Amino acid sequence: MDFIFIQFLNGLSSASSLFLVASGLSIIFGVTRITNFAHGAFYMMGAYVAYTLTESWMGALGFWGGLIAAAVAVAILGALIEIVLLRRIYNSPELFQLLATFGVTLVIQDLVIQIWGVDDLLGRRAPGMKGAVEIFGQAFPTYELMLIVLGPLCLGALWLLFNKTRWGVLVRAATQDRMMVSALGVNQAWLFTGVFTLGVFLAALGGAVQIPRDAVHNAMDLQIIVEAFVVVVIGGFGNVLGAFLASFIIAELNAFGILLFPKISMILMFLVMAVVLVIRPYGLLGKAEAHPRTALGSVIRPWAPLSKLGKNWVLALGLALVFLPMFAGDFLLNVSTEILIFALFAASLHLMMGVGGMVSFGHAAYFGLGAYGTALLVKFLGLSMGATMVLAPFLAVAGAIIFGWFCVRLSGVYLAMLTLAFAQISWSVIFQWDDVTGGDNGLLGIWPDAWAADQTSFYYVTLAIVGISVYAIRRIVFSPFGYTLRGCRDSLLRADAIGIDRLRIQWFGFVLAGSFAGVGGVLFAYLKGSVFPDYISIPLSVDGLVMVLLGGIQTVAGPIVGAGVFKALSTFIISHTEFWKIILGSFIIVLVVAFPQGIVGFFLEHFSKKKDSIEEGKS
Amino acid sequence: MKSKLDVHSLNSYYGGAHILTDVHLKAHESEVVALLGRNGAGKSTTFASLVGLVEKCSGSVIFNDEEICGKPTHEIVRLGLGYVPEDRRIFTDLTVEENLLVGKQPARDGVREWTTEMLFEFFPNLAEMRNRPGGQMSGGEQQMLTIARTLMGNPSLVLLDEPSEGLSPKIVEEMASAILEMKKYGLSVIISEQNLHFAKLISDRAYIIEKGVIRYEGTMTELAQNDEVKNAYLAV
Ligand SMILES: Nc1ncnc2c1ncn2[C@@H]1O[C@H](COP(=O)(O)OP(=O)(O)OP(=O)(O)O)[C@@H](O)[C@H]1O
Ligand SMILES: [Mg+2]
Repeated sequence: MDFIFIQFLNGLSSASSLFLVASGLSIIFGVTRITNFAHGAFYMMGAYVAYTLTESWMGALGFWGGLIAAAVAVAILGALIEIVLLRRIYNSPELFQLLATFGVTLVIQDLVIQIWGVDDLLGRRAPGMKGAVEIFGQAFPTYELMLIVLGPLCLGALWLLFNKTRWGVLVRAATQDRMMVSALGVNQAWLFTGVFTLGVFLAALGGAVQIPRDAVHNAMDLQIIVEAFVVVVIGGFGNVLGAFLASFIIAELNAFGILLFPKISMILMFLVMAVVLVIRPYGLLGKAEAHPRTALGSVIRPWAPLSKLGKNWVLALGLALVFLPMFAGDFLLNVSTEILIFALFAASLHLMMGVGGMVSFGHAAYFGLGAYGTALLVKFLGLSMGATMVLAPFLAVAGAIIFGWFCVRLSGVYLAMLTLAFAQISWSVIFQWDDVTGGDNGLLGIWPDAWAADQTSFYYVTLAIVGISVYAIRRIVFSPFGYTLRGCRDSLLRADAIGIDRLRIQWFGFVLAGSFAGVGGVLFAYLKGSVFPDYISIPLSVDGLVMVLLGGIQTVAGPIVGAGVFKALSTFIISHTEFWKIILGSFIIVLVVAFPQGIVGFFLEHFSKKKDSIEEGKS
Repeated sequence: MKSKLDVHSLNSYYGGAHILTDVHLKAHESEVVALLGRNGAGKSTTFASLVGLVEKCSGSVIFNDEEICGKPTHEIVRLGLGYVPEDRRIFTDLTVEENLLVGKQPARDGVREWTTEMLFEFFPNLAEMRNRPGGQMSGGEQQMLTIARTLMGNPSLVLLDEPSEGLSPKIVEEMASAILEMKKYGLSVIISEQNLHFAKLISDRAYIIEKGVIRYEGTMTELAQNDEVKNAYLAV
């Protein structure tokens, strides 16, 4: 009993920091409509800066002052980022905003490593709070008690801010109707900057107060951001009280989950989120958006069948790929095989988000499930490559069927977050289920059958499968089903009105996209001869998004070009520099801000403009 | 009379659609002007363009001897041009007092300065529901609140988009006397309406817009007698 109570208190103290981070995220979203992926990075920065400051500033004042100063410093950094970057993308589609803030995350991750190194840092204990108090005969750290108080204290302070100051009232008004707020003479830009700064301050403070509890390390950001997203989604985007409730639920769930179901503790919170979302699609206390928008907005123009020029390009590319092994060495072939696989991965993601309008932040789930399906069939059943290639994708299909059922019930950011959550669930199952999946060590020794074992043969196997799959995807896009799917994407309401069973159509689209990703995963497992949890992780999902975006979201060719350019670039850059994340992050940011139509979109625009002027010249 | 607002060759677009063509419009100090036209004629678009809420527009909008075309919305509003949109857009989660607080702007030279208490005198219904959330008010009460909220910005000119729409006759009367009162305080008011009933009660001059073009301009008395124009351009 006593032990349970102590565990409950532990839950409460974690709830406080989680609340700090999640409320910041929620406030930012409420007003600016930006889902700030970089929030976890600001949390991590808060911890690192606090570490440095408290190490050099002495005494109690130095410690507490250091924590606050760290939060303020990071908040200033946040304000700069808002002014320089976010102001340019407030009107961009949600997906672009998510990606841009993810780019910021990557840059910060690398900077943190450059500045503070890769080792864990142990911070100072809080002066005057090094001891413990006795509760029911158990020692409970004083500092943790302080944290328990901090959560409700911050909630109270936020309540006062939002209800008793004009600024707070403006923020609440803007959460509801931004246009009307500016029509009353309020400069939105500074309101947004203020809100973003406040949100970042809360995140950084949440990070700073961690230093006496835990080592500071460079993976803090992804860990907290996923939890914070879950909290915000459960509580309802934009709702501070909801974030408070949800932080409590999640933190207690974690505290007791670890005791009761240590193996699946990470999954519990995602299960709760999935259940909440299905029952209350806008979270516990959230409301439906008054002016909903699609995650992609109006970026997508109608597709046209291939032009003559387009056909020639495809033919040329096909021929080049067929004859590639005649002059390419093993390394180049290996890279090319990988590019082909990622082209399929990106094309399948494009089918889901470009055509289906469902932005997935967890597409790696299906890729990874395909790969692990392969590894398990080979390891446990000893199946041949042919049989495995047929059967393994069904693991991805099964995943897509289950996850998709939940996901298609949502839209926009909520859908994106749920896909992310499911990918994290799959990742944690694989990561934690050592006996079967090998956990962190992965599974090794998955090689193709002898006939396909050499680089060239496997290249051709891949080329054939990817070629057929991409062709199939294109056929699907232009089939009656593809048109219906696009209809659902373009207007949820309209599609409902004309009697299409939207949920089923999108679900089917979701599963199709997942299966193609699974096929990619199978090929990848054979190419690498092994599988690792990385194959199912967030970074791989984001790589997929970058490929689609880089190539351009308007065309089927876009993601394929994007995959090629992205993989080629990353292979080259990784082998030449250690600043891979900074480069990738900046690249994503530039892409989103300056080049949102992607490579293929850019050429199409260029080309069609030329055509127009030629026609004008004729007439 | 001094000119308050002077609009020349205003053109506006939504996406590719050309909505307003060379619209011109004038309002003097302490004058009530009506912008009349049927559904979809371009009244709301005209107002939205004046306060910079239409993405693509061009032309000249002189307000208090200053060119405001192309300025951001909040700057235009801060110069003293108040705007009440047709769908009211009350902040439903905020109380009446909080709604007013959002509209508050610093005092401006030579313009009547409004306080919450003065507005509660001006619209007595609102005084009784200071702490009620905007979402729990009737349409008429919401309409009063949006006007009060805009007055909190101490404007010298107010654009009212279809202020009488959907209101009961009694509230319409209250609305008319409120607008005349505003005029007495030296404010200029431009209202948009689909028909003459309400506009006739309060306006000095009128413009008629159709398909984004100004078709008629004259005093209210002239227009009231011109059946040909009324039948051609207005809903009866
Ligand atoms: N957001 C928009 N996008 C595209 N077209 C629009 C938009 N808003 C209005 N329009 C078009 O502009 C034209 C003028 O519309 P506006 O709302 O200004 O008319 P109105 O005179 O205010 O009509 P009402 O009396 O119905 O309010 C209409 O043809 C309308 O279809
Ligand atoms: Mg209108």
